[in-house]
Formats: sequence, C-alpha cells, structure tokens
Amino acid sequence: MDSGYIAQQLANGLILGSMYALVAIGFSMIYGIVRLINFAHGDIVMIGAFTTLGLMETAGLPFPLVAFGVLLTGCGMGILIERVSFRPMRGAPQVTGFIASLGISIMLQNLGILTLSAQPRNFSFPSYMQHILNLGPVSFRVVDLVIILTAFFLMVALIFLVQKTKLGIAMRATAENIDVARLMGIDINKTIMATFAIGSGLAAIAGLMWGGKFGQIDPLMGYVPGLKSFVAAVIGGVGSIPGAILGAFILGLSEVLFVGLLPPIYSSYRDAFVFGILIIILIAMPNGLLGKDIGDRA
Amino acid sequence: MESNRPRYCLGLLIMFMIIFSLGIERTANDYILAIVSFTGINIILAISLNVTNGFAGLFSLGHPAFMAIGGYTTALLTFSMEKKPLFLPDLPQWLIPVYLPFFPSLLVGGCFAALVAQIVGISVLRLKGHYLAVATMGFLIIVQVLLNNADSITRGPLGLNGLEDFTNVYWVAGWVVVTIYTCWKIKFSSLGRSMLAVREDSMAANSLGVNLFYTRNFAFTVGAFFAGVAGGLWGHLITAVTPGSFSLIMSFNIIVMVVVGGTGSITGSVTAAIIFTLAIECFRPLEENFGIYGVGEIVISLVLILILIFKPSGMFGTGEPNFITGKYKPLNPTN
Amino acid sequence: MLSVENIDVYRGKTHVLHQVDIHVKHGEIIALIGANGAGKTTTLRTISGLLNPARGRILYAPGKGKRQTEISSLPPEQIVSIGVSHCPEGRGVFSQLSVKENLLVGAYLRKDNKIEQDIQSIYEMFPILEERSTQAAGNLSGGEQMMLALGRSLMSRPKLLILDEPSLGLAPLVIETIFNKLKKINTEGVTILIVEQNAIMALELSHRAYVLETGRVTLFGRSEDLALNPQVQKAYLGGE
Repeated sequence: MDSGYIAQQLANGLILGSMYALVAIGFSMIYGIVRLINFAHGDIVMIGAFTTLGLMETAGLPFPLVAFGVLLTGCGMGILIERVSFRPMRGAPQVTGFIASLGISIMLQNLGILTLSAQPRNFSFPSYMQHILNLGPVSFRVVDLVIILTAFFLMVALIFLVQKTKLGIAMRATAENIDVARLMGIDINKTIMATFAIGSGLAAIAGLMWGGKFGQIDPLMGYVPGLKSFVAAVIGGVGSIPGAILGAFILGLSEVLFVGLLPPIYSSYRDAFVFGILIIILIAMPNGLLGKDIGDRA
Repeated sequence: MESNRPRYCLGLLIMFMIIFSLGIERTANDYILAIVSFTGINIILAISLNVTNGFAGLFSLGHPAFMAIGGYTTALLTFSMEKKPLFLPDLPQWLIPVYLPFFPSLLVGGCFAALVAQIVGISVLRLKGHYLAVATMGFLIIVQVLLNNADSITRGPLGLNGLEDFTNVYWVAGWVVVTIYTCWKIKFSSLGRSMLAVREDSMAANSLGVNLFYTRNFAFTVGAFFAGVAGGLWGHLITAVTPGSFSLIMSFNIIVMVVVGGTGSITGSVTAAIIFTLAIECFRPLEENFGIYGVGEIVISLVLILILIFKPSGMFGTGEPNFITGKYKPLNPTN
Repeated sequence: MLSVENIDVYRGKTHVLHQVDIHVKHGEIIALIGANGAGKTTTLRTISGLLNPARGRILYAPGKGKRQTEISSLPPEQIVSIGVSHCPEGRGVFSQLSVKENLLVGAYLRKDNKIEQDIQSIYEMFPILEERSTQAAGNLSGGEQMMLALGRSLMSRPKLLILDEPSLGLAPLVIETIFNKLKKINTEGVTILIVEQNAIMALELSHRAYVLETGRVTLFGRSEDLALNPQVQKAYLGGE
C-alpha cells in the first residue's frame, strides 16, 4: 500500500464527496427553511441523470446546454413537489411531511419504472470526457476533473447567493423565524420555493455527474446517494450549508478509505458503516459538526 | 362506566375467525388462501406498528428489520436437521441440532426481535420525530447488510428458501386475534394512556410521573415482538426469507396502512390492512398482464399523499368506533 | 387611519377576541393595555395579517385624507407594503443575521436607492448599532436587540408602527431611551399602536388607550383620563 495508492483513494473520495455535497446542500437548505427531511430529494438525482440522457443522446444538445437544461429541470421538479405536496401540509407535524416525502420518493421511482422501465441504461459522456490525465501518482479522467470543478464552482456561487444577495438574506431570515420574516414583508412562499428550486437544481446536476462517473443509470439509482447525502448533512449539522459540504467530503473520503484500506472482505459492509456513523452522530452529537442547536432533535 | 361491549365484540371476533377460517379453508383455492393469509399478516404488522407509531408516537421505519429478525430466527429453528448441513454447510456447530416446532419457533422469533428492540431502543429512543425515523431506517439498512453478509447463517443475498409451508389460515387467524386482543388491552390500560400522553406532550407526561424511557421502550418492544412473529408467519407462507424482501418499501407499505387507518386506531389498522392487501392484489394482474409495473405503488403513494393533505387523521383518527367501545355520547347529559 | 371594526378571532377552536373595536387616527399614539392572555398580541397579529378575523373587518388608510381599504384578509407582506410595520413580541431579531443584514431585511420591499441613507439615520439614532453592524444580532444585549428591532421596523418607512411589548425584560434606563425615541418618531409623523404591560409608561406615552380584558375592549378613552380611572388604577397601575 504505497503513497500513490492512498493519493488515488483520496482523489476518489474527493470526487464522491463533491457529488454528495451537491445533494447534501439541498437536504440542508430545505431542512433549514421548513424543518422537513425531504426523502424525495435523492430521486431528483435520478431525474437529473435521465434528463441528461434525454438531452444528450435523444436531443443531441452540446454538453454545456445539457447541463443547463438539467439544472432547470431539477429546479422545476423541486418547485412542483413543493407546490403540490409540501405547501398544503405546511403547519402539520414534522413527521407528516416526512411520510409524504417518502410517498413522493416511491412515486417518482415507480413513475420512472413505469415510463422508462427498470432496466439500467448505459450512459456515456462524449469521448473527450473519458480521456485520462495523469497528475503525479494520481490518474484522473477528464470527467472527474469536470465533476470536482463544477461542484466547486456551484458551491461558491451558492454561498455567494446565500450570504450576499437579497434572496439569500430573505432565505436565512425565513429559516430562522417564519412569522417575523412575514412581518418584514418577505413572501415566504416565494422564498421556500426558491430554496426547493436551488436545492433540487444542485441535486439534478449531481445526477448528471453520477451518470458520467459510473456509466449506468436506472430509476432506483437516487436511493443510495440520496440516503448517504442525508447522512452527510447530518454529520455536518442539518441546516448548515458549510456543514453539509464538510460532511459530504468527510463521508466521501471515509467511505472510499473504508473500502480501499480495509481487507476486501469488509467492503460489503460499507453501507452498514455509513449508517452506523449516522446513528452514532444522531445520538452523540445531534447538531453535527457545524450545526446550530435548534433543539428539536432529541 | 366501563362497557361490556368490547368483551362481546372480542367473543364475536373469535367466533367469526373460527367460522371464517373453517369455511374458507374448505372452499377456497390456494391463491385465495394465500391472499387471506397475507391480509392477516398485514393486519398484525399494521396493528403492531400502530402500538409504536400510533400509541406512543415513535415514528419507526425499522419494522421490517424486526420482521427479518423474527423471520430468520423462526426459519433457522424450524429447518429440519437433515437439510441443515446441505443448505448451510458453514453453520456454526451448536446451531445444527437446534430444532423447534413451528409455534415455539414463532415465539422465540418474536422474543428475539423484542430483545433486539430493547437493545436498539436504549440508544435510539431518545431521538424525536423524524430523527427517530431516520435512525430506525439506518438500523433497517444495517440489519439488511448484516443479513447479506452473514453467509454461514443466512446464505447471504440468496436467503433461506425451501422452508416448510407451516403457515395456514388458522395460524394467521389465531395470531390476528392475539394481536388485536393484546394491543387493545394495552391501549385501554394505564400504560396505554401513558403512551398517548407521551405522544401528545412528552414533557408534560414526564412531569406527571410517566417514565418516558420505560413507556417508549415498552411500545417499541411490543411492536417488535409482533413484527417478529409476523416475519415468521410470512417466511413460512412464502417458504423463503431473503434480505431484499425486508426493505424500506415494506416499511413504507406498513406505514401507509397505519396512516390511512388512523395513527392510534386498531380498527383503522385492521380496515386499512384489508383494503391495502386487496388493492395490491387487484393491481398485480394488471402489472403482470400488461407489463405496466409500478402502477400499484404509484396509486398507493398518491392515496397516501392525498390523505395526508386532506384527512391527516386517517379513517378513524386515534379512536375506535363507538359500536365496539360501547361509549355513546349521552343523549341527555343531565342524567 | 386604522379602524378595527368588531373583529372576532379564533386560534384553533379557542375564541380569543370578541367584537374588538379599535380606531387609530393619523398622528396618534394609541396604547393597548391589559393582563396576560387578554388578547393584545392576537389583536396586533390580526392587524398585520398573520391571523385572519372570523367576523368583522379591518380598514386602513395610508395617511390623512387617503382612501381607506379593507386589509382584513391581506397577507402580511402586502400589509407591510402599504405602510404598516409590526415590531413583534420578544423583539424577534434574526439572531444569525448580522445587525446590518437585519436592517436590510427590514427594507425588504423597498426598491428605492435611499436604503443606505436610512441605515445611516438608524445608526445615528442608535450609535451602538453602527459599532456592531457586522456582528450577529444574537450576540447583542437585550436592549441593543430592541433598538435593532425598532430600527428594522423603521426601515420599511412605515406610516403606522405597531409595537408589541417593547419594554419586555429591559432595564429602566433602556426603556426610557426607547420611549423617548418613540415620541420623537411620532412627532416626525409616524402613527404608533403600542401594546404594553407596563401600563404607567404606556399611558404616559400615548394620547389615547384601550383596555382589553379576556378578549374584549372594556374601557377606552384619553390616556390621562384612564390613568385617573379607579378601575384602571386598581387593576393595572398598582393603586388601591
């Protein structure tokens, strides 16, 4: 086990972490503003992946346009789900929204099976994306680099949006106190809708990346990355965007190292490892690494 | 005034179950019998989750994990000693001669599930609301991973198949009656009232002397026991247990029954479980003949969401209908 | 300027306000006094649109001689946009936002270019806020938070300022500062509707006052007169 191998594993963890981060941010933002664990968030990843397939192979659009289309589709799906399902339940107990999101998740998966069939489909990016780059001991495909850079760019843009723009300030105000935000003249319906749109758009982009990285997509593909990104959000402290990003990279790295460094016999225990972490964090430090005490977890 | 009505209803239920089981066992074909048994098992599952979820407000997604524990335990205990070395060559020595008949195996399966629930409960039950849901979901996934990997005992993803088809309408009917009776008793005991109090306002309940931990843990454990039994019945009905079948989808299905029936209502769970099972059976031929898979789940999740929006209390709320409890609103309150 | 006409308000199934009738004229300071649970906060939340009356109506005109419009069923953001600013109970500053961001949220609906200028005038009114402009509002003391909440409410350039218990939990000296500022704000043309438990101070500050008891208006009139009313003295002013 030389240092080159470890460097390669770290790079893989970084790639995985970037994708988790894009999904985890949405989880965290949505939780922060409406206190909802949106179980259907992972399925937006699936929708993003199939939209990519549709725009790229069927419509034959150039790659940047595809990415833009995927982003818009994700935003649209987020708005749709919020509007038809979560908004009518606002004010109900937290668990109601959670059950509903479970229902939406099952519905989206089965709509996928119904319209696209459960068969996995091959997914291939243009050939220049598959080109292999060697960076010292670490070898990258171009697509890996694109994943990391895009994720990085989107995260910076998001943090700018949340910290510096009027919409971002309104989102943070709404997350803290919905009633007072309304008294300041903030239309909370619009703010919440924007949060769902942004979070879901990022998740859809993660779907594009997931397809490009692993080369196969199917209607149930959103389940595992969705769950793990949620774990990432919990590690970082649900509700905190920097926390979600940090948690995603910690999870991505430790998952890859768990598989890469331990004897192969343990690698099938990877999911148990991830969810073991989840339970331990929930019990031992419910506010995560960077979360604030909201006092409604335990 | 305590009414005698519930006692009569119990008598009626037992009589009905005997006559119904005898009647259907003699007249119906295997397909119908299987559906009836599935319905019964779903009733057990829905009521037992309702103890955890409805009475005590502990929103658990881990029910299939307890089913799996009960199912695998029962399956290993009833596996004939001759077949064991053949199917499970790596089985630990001490497990080979262990054999029990069906009924004690079910009890052991249920108790083992309850024991695991005790242990899990100690750590997880201090979480609230959807955080508990997520933690129990994590538990479910961990159980699935362990079942997939403990090859020597579980045969991994293949699961244990070729189980004896012990489960029949009589067994299921018997357990349905036991479940309904037990959970009804719990609901209308002081412990049941403590559970409802914990669900409504845990802090107030605590300040009135309700032991939160004990009450929550009891609700969780009772639910797990019946889930374990249901798992055993289920395994010996379809004659196989596999890790993949005890999934989040199953969890979702049980929750749908509880929510549609009304969280906390036993009558509601029974009714919803019957409707649910029959609805699934109606969709099955549609899916298989026309190749349109997924329609059943789509319709079910749609119904769930509509109920959550328009009638979040479900069909029966938390109560039981008056014709069973015998409680009527007095027509003349002054008397 | 504001006419609350016989409103009935329910919270869930509880009937909280019965036939509450309050009138505010342009340029006045009106106090609403009463014990805990009398329905003062509910009245304010209904005016600003967080709650809707089951019966009765609320009319508002943004200034002298302007046309009155019914605002009973408008959402809060529209009520803010026509010049009503509600400074909520417990101050409600956004503790994770900085002081300056809080002020910016107060100006959320404004599209003019004088926002910076108004922030400067708030800083002049309360210099401590300028010192702390980049700090998270949660780190401010109670008095500073009240100054921020008041400043934030003024950022929307209200015609009618609604205050819910501004003195709650504050030191006497701070209360005095705040009340002096309120007087000054009023002389600059802002009408004020204030809820207070501290009846002495409220009656001193206001021109007229209403007494609420268990969801009903039981007394109203000029503040000086109410301060001499034996019932009021006994119940709210600690007199014999």
